[in-house]
Amino acid sequence: MYRNLLKLRYAYQPQPTQLTPIKMTVREAINLAMDEELAHDPNVFLIGEEVGQYQGAYKVSKGLFQKYGGDRIIDTPITEAGFTGISVGAALYGLKPIVEFMTWNFAMQAIDHIINSAAKAHYMSAGDQKASIVFRGINGATAYVAAQHSQCFASWYSNVPGLIVLSPYDCDDAKSLLKAAIRNPNPVVFLENEILYSESFELSAEARDPNYIAPIGKAKVMRKGDHVTIVAFSKMVEYSLRAAEQLFREGISCEVINLRSLRPLDRDTILESVKKTGRVVCVEEGWPQSGIGAEIAALIMEGGAFKYLDAPIQRVTGVEVPTPYAFNLEAISFPKTEQIVDAVLNVLKGAR
Amino acid sequence: MKHFMRFSKISKAFKEVPSQYVYQINPIKNFEPIKQFRVIDLEGNLVAKEYNNIPKEILNQIFELMISIEEMDNLLYMSQRQGKISFYMTSFGETATTVGTTAALQPQDFIFPQYREQGSFMWRGFTIEQIVNQCIGNHLDGGKGRQMPVHYGSKDLNIVTVSSPLTTQVPQASGAGYGFRVNGENKIAATWFGEGAASEGDFHSAMNFAQTLKCQTLFLCRNNHYAISTPTDDQFRGDTIAGKAPAYGMRTLKIDGNDLLAVYNGVKYAREEIIKNKEPFFIEFITYRIGDHSTSDHSVLYRSQEEIDSWKSGNNPINRLGLFLKKQGLRQFNDDHDNQIRKDVRNRVIAALKHGSEQQSPSIQDLFTDVYDEVLPHLQEQYTELREHLTKYKDQYPINKFKGGL
Repeated sequence: MYRNLLKLRYAYQPQPTQLTPIKMTVREAINLAMDEELAHDPNVFLIGEEVGQYQGAYKVSKGLFQKYGGDRIIDTPITEAGFTGISVGAALYGLKPIVEFMTWNFAMQAIDHIINSAAKAHYMSAGDQKASIVFRGINGATAYVAAQHSQCFASWYSNVPGLIVLSPYDCDDAKSLLKAAIRNPNPVVFLENEILYSESFELSAEARDPNYIAPIGKAKVMRKGDHVTIVAFSKMVEYSLRAAEQLFREGISCEVINLRSLRPLDRDTILESVKKTGRVVCVEEGWPQSGIGAEIAALIMEGGAFKYLDAPIQRVTGVEVPTPYAFNLEAISFPKTEQIVDAVLNVLKGAR
Repeated sequence: MKHFMRFSKISKAFKEVPSQYVYQINPIKNFEPIKQFRVIDLEGNLVAKEYNNIPKEILNQIFELMISIEEMDNLLYMSQRQGKISFYMTSFGETATTVGTTAALQPQDFIFPQYREQGSFMWRGFTIEQIVNQCIGNHLDGGKGRQMPVHYGSKDLNIVTVSSPLTTQVPQASGAGYGFRVNGENKIAATWFGEGAASEGDFHSAMNFAQTLKCQTLFLCRNNHYAISTPTDDQFRGDTIAGKAPAYGMRTLKIDGNDLLAVYNGVKYAREEIIKNKEPFFIEFITYRIGDHSTSDHSVLYRSQEEIDSWKSGNNPINRLGLFLKKQGLRQFNDDHDNQIRKDVRNRVIAALKHGSEQQSPSIQDLFTDVYDEVLPHLQEQYTELREHLTKYKDQYPINKFKGGL
């Protein structure tokens, strides 16, 4: 298999990219990012189960196998530990794998390779071994798939030094962050969301440029506001924006921050916002203990914004149970607009 | 202390054994495939007479269950397309393996399924209603609505609950089999997995451990030629999965999985060997996945209809068993009766779907139970908070759909 990968260095000529359309689904944006990077750098390849001839388990890699062939879009036997290990090895050699997990839930079978090999290699080898590798897949709730397909791994991976952890929301995020991830010489964990795959967003003129890559470690203020800061990432950004709209009609102005980068966290943007509003609501799909909200609470304390707080921080998280399957139980297991509105009102209690 | 004693007793001193050496480079390159054990041919004719020893009642029960499962699978697949359940996995073409195996095991034997073993469940008594309620996830579901469709289990029937991550059940079966041996029990741990799942690392550790630690484990690989869209050629090389087992030092059988009598006899033999020798056994069934991988799959995208039809008509377990029973005069009933069985099953599934969809969801409390053995204080608090939230926004949530309401 390594012999095949060696051939890639010499065989492939980049194809010219086409004009990007303006509105597209997140799935298409990810596909476009991979397409552009596969064309741009012959060392990039995609590997995973069903990514090639089947066009991807969630059709994210549609058309890539036909375009780039089986040497660059690699279908593997069923073993996450196997193909992740192989890919980390290829990355240490100097290639640039994009490893697709059918879901981050299955990546637990390969987590030793991600953390003990990829994340720590550069440090342990005193800079000799670089692993320019992207691990991507769907993360968090997907609807009707119960406990073993619904866990959010944001806090696990964002805990590890040596990893970059990104989680896009819209098409701009998906395309420009994935391109940045692929070009970055460090190992990147890219947490996507299955429900967002089918949602359409406008791809901005900036993100349409095939040479544009997003800065890693920068959050995006999706909506400016003065009364409360809502911090979220991935699908929760959508609910936060809806909550902000609903609250705006009641005279409450919310600033919604889309984190985009979980490691490194954009502390400056968060702290600046907190100093302005004095009230914070953190939203995440994952479980509360040791979650992203817990980290944000700590960094606000430590970052000099404590004296600007007018109320304790509110966290909105998933219910602290393995995700049940029954539709109605699942529907009350994850945060939606109502819970975020409630949390904002709570954090404002006594303020009006 | 015990370890030191072991080291002093076993002598690993070097001893020259001339017969161990060869004087030319002659690598092993011939992977002669193990042949499949068969009792009846494609037309149901007996070709291994000494294995025609299964009681008539059992054969008929097996046949009737196989045709019932076919009807049930058909209906539940369609009900997913109609939006009545969210997901399903059919077992077309593979029921001789599951039903035949379970019939040959003892009721106290543990089964660790993968996900396509409705045959195993139903042979032991799991009902259509239990399956449908689990797929719907209503309050009647024994699993309290916690799991995706087809992820059922039953402590009473000694079948461990289906778990999504592939192959994790296989080392678990090695562990259970180890426990049975150490406790001297007349029990085995039988585990199912597909030829694709056998690529996972867990398969290899499980096999190695079972033979090295001597576990009463029966490994059952169902090679149905496809792992979602991945054909066997892209999954592995060498002599299928059975070819790997002797390398672990394990007794191995390859069986024609669409031949019910071969399946039954082979599994019965394997079980006896496991209990007698207190060592694991490996069986690979060669069969074919006539249906799609699941309702999320459309298999004609990666294989031809001609290929599917060739197995459906040319090597079909139900047809082969039916023909055998007729030719031997063992079939208790005629075709009309069989059609009636199919009709009854269809009606039963339809009634179960209707009844099941009218039922309420599991209660809101059940969101918090069973995380631990008791509901810990932090969960109790979260339950209280949730109830307050639901009370406040009563009109935004379908409260009456939960058993016990608020």
